[in-house]
Amino acid sequence: MGESDPITLEALLRDLGPAVLGALMRRFGDFASAEDAVQEALLSAALQWRADGLPDHPRGWLIQVAVRRLTDQWRSDLARREREAVYFAENRVVEKAPVPMDRAGEAAQDDMLILLFMCCHPAIDSPSAIALTLRAVGGLTTAEIANAFLLPVATMAQRIGRAKQKIKDSAIPFVLPNEKEKAERLGSVLHVLYLIFNEGYASSVGPHLQRSDLAWEAIRLAREVHKLLPENCEVAGLLALMLLTDARRKARTGPEGELVSLADQDRSLWDQELIAEGLAIISAALTKGAVGPFQLQAAIAAVHDEAAQAADTDWPQILALYRLLKGMLDSPMVALNHAIAAAMVHGPVVGLDLVAKLDLPGCLAGHYRLDAVRAHFHEMANNDLLAKEHYLRAAARTSSAPERDYLHRRVSRLLIKREKPEGRSPKR
Amino acid sequence: MKYILLMQFQVAGWEGGNLTNWKPEEIKANGDFLRSLNKDLADAGELVAVEGLGGPGQLKVVRAQANGTIAITDGPFPEAKEFLAGYWIVDVPSAERAYEIAGRLSAIPGPGGKPSNLPIEVQPIMRHCGDL
Repeated sequence: MGESDPITLEALLRDLGPAVLGALMRRFGDFASAEDAVQEALLSAALQWRADGLPDHPRGWLIQVAVRRLTDQWRSDLARREREAVYFAENRVVEKAPVPMDRAGEAAQDDMLILLFMCCHPAIDSPSAIALTLRAVGGLTTAEIANAFLLPVATMAQRIGRAKQKIKDSAIPFVLPNEKEKAERLGSVLHVLYLIFNEGYASSVGPHLQRSDLAWEAIRLAREVHKLLPENCEVAGLLALMLLTDARRKARTGPEGELVSLADQDRSLWDQELIAEGLAIISAALTKGAVGPFQLQAAIAAVHDEAAQAADTDWPQILALYRLLKGMLDSPMVALNHAIAAAMVHGPVVGLDLVAKLDLPGCLAGHYRLDAVRAHFHEMANNDLLAKEHYLRAAARTSSAPERDYLHRRVSRLLIKREKPEGRSPKR
Repeated sequence: MKYILLMQFQVAGWEGGNLTNWKPEEIKANGDFLRSLNKDLADAGELVAVEGLGGPGQLKVVRAQANGTIAITDGPFPEAKEFLAGYWIVDVPSAERAYEIAGRLSAIPGPGGKPSNLPIEVQPIMRHCGDL
């Protein structure tokens, strides 16, 4: 019997989850049932270990309980549906391979990767892949995931069910993809982790308090993948990007929860530890050669984080990085950010010319962010009337309340700026 | 991204449109349509909430008065041509998907089994987070 501190216990359970699920998968194959069984085993462990302390072999304990749950489940299915003959004819309950269930080391580590590849399979739509990844690999309960996305539990359960059904229908095997497929499939995994991070980062305020904090969960999973694939530069890039972005978390909202733009943030609130870690990871990755989009985005985040004041930002460096990124990703948002960097280096007229090219149907026409960026450029050019018009147009189009409030504040700032010279100092 | 779909119903058409005047097969077609739509949305993991409302007979308008009391009046605003019959909240990847659902909803079978083509008001639900 050992440590039963709730935080340590929770971390231990979440580390063990994928390995236990992997063990069941290698033996029985039935992902949907195995995943349910592991969730139940983790819940039992959370209750029992907290009360009685840790068992001598936590992983073995979990596997045993999960297998018992799985067989109970099958037995009740069989009894209810009287389909025993069918089950055995289909070979479903037969052991898959003579592999010892509780393999430590390499195989157990592979399990987590295999699970990620399964949950983030391109055949599964993003919302379902996100939900399944958080449950099967992240070890969150359906209720916690639903809560994090502000959705009813039934809706989230449905998404998880859909993803499991897709795995079954597409007969996605429980093996690592071959070398040929690996890069593409890893791309889907990183994309899903990135979406989880974004969802969490955009909606989070203040320090990481909750277990279902999505940004923190995405970082935890990215760390694990980085540990398993230390030589992969894009994995390193994604992890660094998350760390370097999350470092600004405390500064990005004000006391009322209002958004604070990067230029206006109190940089003393930035988390220097996360910045140092992110910088070390991205620097090491960039020296290895195979530069990809996540590394470039991390490098851009790093340039921002290295500036002690907004005015110190090395915009020419950021512009050069965005130029490279634009060559790699055909994304209107990257093109928009490139235009911002260009405006910071060459002035707002250049920026306005660049964004005019994005004002096309099917590109960014009608998107609030295009208007918001235009408004900033007009403000830089001291064209307050046009700035105001575009800020208001952006505010009318955004579906984020804090963003709308931010845009309205920019307008009131413009009005105050214009009134000040008359109000405060007498005319000469 | 969450959207609210508001199903509008003609105040003038309510008496005739009221289910009590419908033939049983018309009521069934209407109910089957709603059940099938709601099931599809639930199965897709898109349905957040759906409710049908009481109709003009149960609708009250409440307004605080200058003297601190409240006034309650029966029925929709006198100038209103339409009232809210029900709403859906869906969580979908795009506005286009929300419009697609609203389009399907609009064609709900009415009297005679014909598509009602009701106006469905679609609005994004404001998020309380931002991406700056």
